[in-house]
Amino acid sequence: MDWQAIGVSVRLALATTAILLVIAVPLAGWLAFTRRRWPVLVEAVVALPLVLPPTVLGYYVLVALGTRGPFGKWWQEATGSTLAFSFTGLLIASVLYSLPFAVQPLLAAFQGVPRRLLEASDVLGRGPAGTLVKVVLPLSRAGLATAAVLTFAHTIGEFGVVLMVGGNIPGETRTVSISVYDSVQAFDYGAAGRTSAVLLVFSLVVLTATYSLQRRGTRNWVRV
Amino acid sequence: MTGGTLDVHVRRHSVDARFTLPLREKAITVLFGPSGSGKTTILRCIAGLDRTDRGHVAMNGVTWDDGRRKHTPSRHRHVGYLFQDHALFPHLTVEANVAYGLPRLSREQQRHRVHAALAAADALSCVGRSVSQLSGGEAQRVALARALASEPGLLLLDEPLSALDAPTRSRLRTELRRMLERSRIPAIIVTHDREEALALADQVVVVIDGTVRQVGPPAEVFDRPTHADVARIVGIETATPGVVADSDGELVQVAVGGLRLTAVSTVQPAEPHRPGDQVLVCIRAEDVALELPERDGSHRSPRNQLAGRVTGVTAEGALVRVDLDAGFRLTAYITRPALEELDLSIGSVVVASIKSPAVHLITRYTAGE
Repeated sequence: MDWQAIGVSVRLALATTAILLVIAVPLAGWLAFTRRRWPVLVEAVVALPLVLPPTVLGYYVLVALGTRGPFGKWWQEATGSTLAFSFTGLLIASVLYSLPFAVQPLLAAFQGVPRRLLEASDVLGRGPAGTLVKVVLPLSRAGLATAAVLTFAHTIGEFGVVLMVGGNIPGETRTVSISVYDSVQAFDYGAAGRTSAVLLVFSLVVLTATYSLQRRGTRNWVRV
Repeated sequence: MTGGTLDVHVRRHSVDARFTLPLREKAITVLFGPSGSGKTTILRCIAGLDRTDRGHVAMNGVTWDDGRRKHTPSRHRHVGYLFQDHALFPHLTVEANVAYGLPRLSREQQRHRVHAALAAADALSCVGRSVSQLSGGEAQRVALARALASEPGLLLLDEPLSALDAPTRSRLRTELRRMLERSRIPAIIVTHDREEALALADQVVVVIDGTVRQVGPPAEVFDRPTHADVARIVGIETATPGVVADSDGELVQVAVGGLRLTAVSTVQPAEPHRPGDQVLVCIRAEDVALELPERDGSHRSPRNQLAGRVTGVTAEGALVRVDLDAGFRLTAYITRPALEELDLSIGSVVVASIKSPAVHLITRYTAGE
């Protein structure tokens, strides 16, 4: 069993989830409560990873992060290291790739908060940020949990993007899915099976825990 | 807060309502009108929850909304707003709800202010409970406490009692006026309930079909409506067309249903009633007294005594509604003992008398128009 790959995957998934929640909460808040029309465009861009093949997304990210790409070049000048085929580069790609899995559950949860409560908060003197922290987030706990779990699970399971952007460097960018793929390519079905089984059990446990939490969460807000 | 002015011209969808209110301490203004007439829209525009479309909202000369670019957000208007459905935060305790608008105060000051606000709204019994454990009436008191806690310059209450059951509503109605007076904050209350308007208002703004039809103290609006639509919604039981026969500037003779009634003119001297004016004759049922005709059949009397035949008798609570055909449809309210004494049934003949000041005329068409 490839414990090293499991370690990389878990580290990547945790970091992606943490970064995405920081980005997705204000983004979803803005999308949910703005009165302008053009944010549908932003919403569409956020949802792109759902429909684009991972290889296409991975290709664009690779080009952008490579030393010839604008971002990759700036990064190299700033830090002295390259982004492509590094854990950091993989992390950036993962954040983009899992963006809809964080934003969409949050958006749905935020939109489910009764408008009256937002108006009440406004009249009582709180600005948009205060209302988000004091009213919207506490009433969106189930949505937050869903966003975190989906992002985590989706990052654990990603393959195409990792292959394109991260390559296959043990301990750096070689994730579980790549490891399983490698084992199968090498006709090592035993190793592939063991790693897959660990991933399967782990995923099932995480999803079961989330859904049970969610059920309990929704019951509290029946009387809004 | 003393002697401010609220200048409102709300234009939004089908609403086009304009009025100016002096906002004295303790003054309660009621926006009164049927459901769907635009009262809530007006209130929301004053609070800044909605924007006016080419109208304006100004408080004490400060423009809050000019109907175009300028729109002061609700959080900077320093108003208190009581939502019809309370809109308490379900994830916070009662105290946290009331303290919500006071983030800048120290913990000690907050505690003090919350206690005072809950006391003012008679909601101290709700302390320590979660919002989901409150009854409708308690939730409304807590919501009022929350609105009072930040000591706003103006309180806006949207149908504050309509979500409550009838006994709670009537109890809270009398208390609400006392609480508002004690808070000294001028208030604007939206309601479609006549009794609520009468019980609470110092000033009534009648809103029908999105426009303001009459502004005045409740006694004036309810007893002297200036418009047929207003007469209808303030619940004047008898409103029948008539023609002015004679007027000396103070007393007006009006022909209605082949009879003559005398009314006391209350119209501004600038536009007195003239013979030929078509008017709506409004008489409230409680201003009509009934008695039996004299035995010799005569009921001649100088003024406003009419013979009528009873066409309907309906019990309404402690009172009985008697419909008469007196040449026109006339409705009277009498007590149950009076009904028994008069021994009225359909077809009985009675004499109805109405004091002249209780006959109110609404001009519909001026003579010569």
